[in-house]
Amino acid sequence: MPLDLKEHIKHLSELAAPAGHEGAACDAIRAAWAGLADHFEVDGLGNLIATKTGSGPEPRRKVMLCAHMDEIGLIVAEIRAGFIRAGMLGGIDARVLLSQPVLVHGQRPLPGVFGAAPPHMARNRTEYPTLDELWIDVGLPHEDVTALVRVGDVITFDAPAIELKGDRLAGKSFDNRVSVAAITVCLEELATRQHAWDVVAVASVQEEVGSHGAIAAAYRVQPDIAIAIDGTFAAQAGANDDETFKLGDGPTLGRGPNFHPLLFKHAREVAKAEEFKHQIEVLPGNSGTDAWLIQVSREGVPSLLFSIPMRNMHTPVEVVDVRDVRRTGRWMAALIAGMGPSFLDEIAWPETAREEGEA
Amino acid sequence: MILRELSNAIGVSSDEGPVRQIILDAIRDHVDDIRIDALGNVLAVRRGTGQVDLRVMAAAHMDEVGMMVIGFDSDGGIRFREVGGLDARILPGARVLVGPDRIPGVIQWVPIHQNTDNKTVPIERLRIDIGAANREAAQGAVEPGDLIAFDTQFAELGPTVRGKAFDDRAGCASLIALVQGDPFPFDLHVAFTVQEEVGLRGAGVAANAIRPDVAFVLETTACHDLPEDPDEPDQTTITQLGGGPAITVADRSMISDPRLVRHLVRVGEAEGIPHQFRSPQHAGGTDAGAIHRTRAGVPSVVVANPCRYIHGPYSILSLSDFENQSRLLRAAWMALTPSVMER
Repeated sequence: MPLDLKEHIKHLSELAAPAGHEGAACDAIRAAWAGLADHFEVDGLGNLIATKTGSGPEPRRKVMLCAHMDEIGLIVAEIRAGFIRAGMLGGIDARVLLSQPVLVHGQRPLPGVFGAAPPHMARNRTEYPTLDELWIDVGLPHEDVTALVRVGDVITFDAPAIELKGDRLAGKSFDNRVSVAAITVCLEELATRQHAWDVVAVASVQEEVGSHGAIAAAYRVQPDIAIAIDGTFAAQAGANDDETFKLGDGPTLGRGPNFHPLLFKHAREVAKAEEFKHQIEVLPGNSGTDAWLIQVSREGVPSLLFSIPMRNMHTPVEVVDVRDVRRTGRWMAALIAGMGPSFLDEIAWPETAREEGEA
Repeated sequence: MILRELSNAIGVSSDEGPVRQIILDAIRDHVDDIRIDALGNVLAVRRGTGQVDLRVMAAAHMDEVGMMVIGFDSDGGIRFREVGGLDARILPGARVLVGPDRIPGVIQWVPIHQNTDNKTVPIERLRIDIGAANREAAQGAVEPGDLIAFDTQFAELGPTVRGKAFDDRAGCASLIALVQGDPFPFDLHVAFTVQEEVGLRGAGVAANAIRPDVAFVLETTACHDLPEDPDEPDQTTITQLGGGPAITVADRSMISDPRLVRHLVRVGEAEGIPHQFRSPQHAGGTDAGAIHRTRAGVPSVVVANPCRYIHGPYSILSLSDFENQSRLLRAAWMALTPSVMER
């Protein structure tokens, strides 16, 4: 049965799996990829590593696709008079927390809400409260809260994904489950296309707290080429035009020191040849993604970054255009299907050829 | 639970229709002279046993706070303003339903990666995204003047419930329960009012038509019983959740009639029904503010459900407070006689 991409994204979005607690996402992604990869393993940090064997002669080259499966979240830090004070797991924006519904994952998931003073009550409405001024209210007496919740339990947004007009969706954790969904699209495409290389799809952990998962995964997989997939900023009112990309105009391909220039060029040519709508994202330094760490794994890995534009990143209402997710998956599949056994020669530094020719 | 139905129903001030329909269906078989007045108030009479000769009015407002569409941006973003009192700090990242077609939308927020300013962004600068690709697409879907409500589903948390618009659907639900129960010694004139949140607009009109001797307003009020803010140690909690329905002695809009306050307290104590006083330090106003100044004046009092995070998409209400609101009023009304009003 062909993938219903909207439903797939909604399903992945609604999983509760903040950084360091990715178990639920790992299980769900493994189930989604079950028929699409030949071999699965979960490493010591919790990265899901799925391998789809290529058709080329051994030893086969490996391309690693890496999308982080963790989400920004919160963690129970203190319980006082039945109210819960929260700490951060990743880059939570405290300015969107007032009156946001959450799930506290205690003995059972407890629906709650971030406490706010009523408008005619608050003396200072000119600034947003900081995280230490906010309390989560689960509507239970203190004894019940302490019996059901302990310090260290995780908290996620209670934010079902919703369909907007056009092909847009809104929800939590699109950063970065839409990229996981793009890998699903890619693997599905590759099920009907021949590819010489082994494809190693990684759903990595703990990106939001420093790409810890990607470091371990890249070490274990030892890829010959790596492609990271993440979210990027979509144009919206109040955002800087230089740093944003149009929603629905295709994924971005990163250009800058984090990316192999010849691999970048090749990927861009594939997009042009196949007429995939795309945008170029200039990143003059750290891309702030798993790609930054993967590139310098072991003896170095030629790397690429595909990014899916989204609005309102790191809020419970991230907005994406589903067409951009599908394009990302298809673009990656076209790129991979076109990589012959000696593809690395095609992206070799021109100086290497000259040196070898002279030898 | 009719509270669930009422909380989920959308009825931003001036468009209370869906709430009115639920109420009409719930009370129709229990009242006489039911009508909808020029402003949209539901007025009806619950016939009594005739033992007590008093015109008693009981009111609860049907409307809720929300927003209204005022225009569009070239990228399809919707500009909007508040209808009733809204704290702009609760809006970033909120989910809303726009217009009569209930089109889902989200309130946009520039990511923290691009802007870390902690100053409150005024509602004038916020935008709603319904997925419209441009101005034309947005204009084709909604119109200026369309109302916007929070997209919230009611949830039971245990002894409490979480949802929107408990202010004042909880009061409406209590009044429905009172009307559906046994008759009182007097004819009870009920008013489910419109437009409380934009200035107590419906209640005065309703009281003019009813001409009551006394009025009881069933409200839902703020509750700020969170752990103390060290920066504001003198902050009042206003009410305590679970402390029973709150009797208002005074607010910004009125001073409750002391005879009615005394009667409620006496009955509450005699019957063992929990109750508390709402702090008069807290401003705010209710329909009683309009009712008590109607015609030659109407002795009035307010009994309110404490509610945390009122005027927001997710407020929390205690079910025991809610049940005791109608218990206290039933007991007070059964014992209400003209002698209570003697000076």
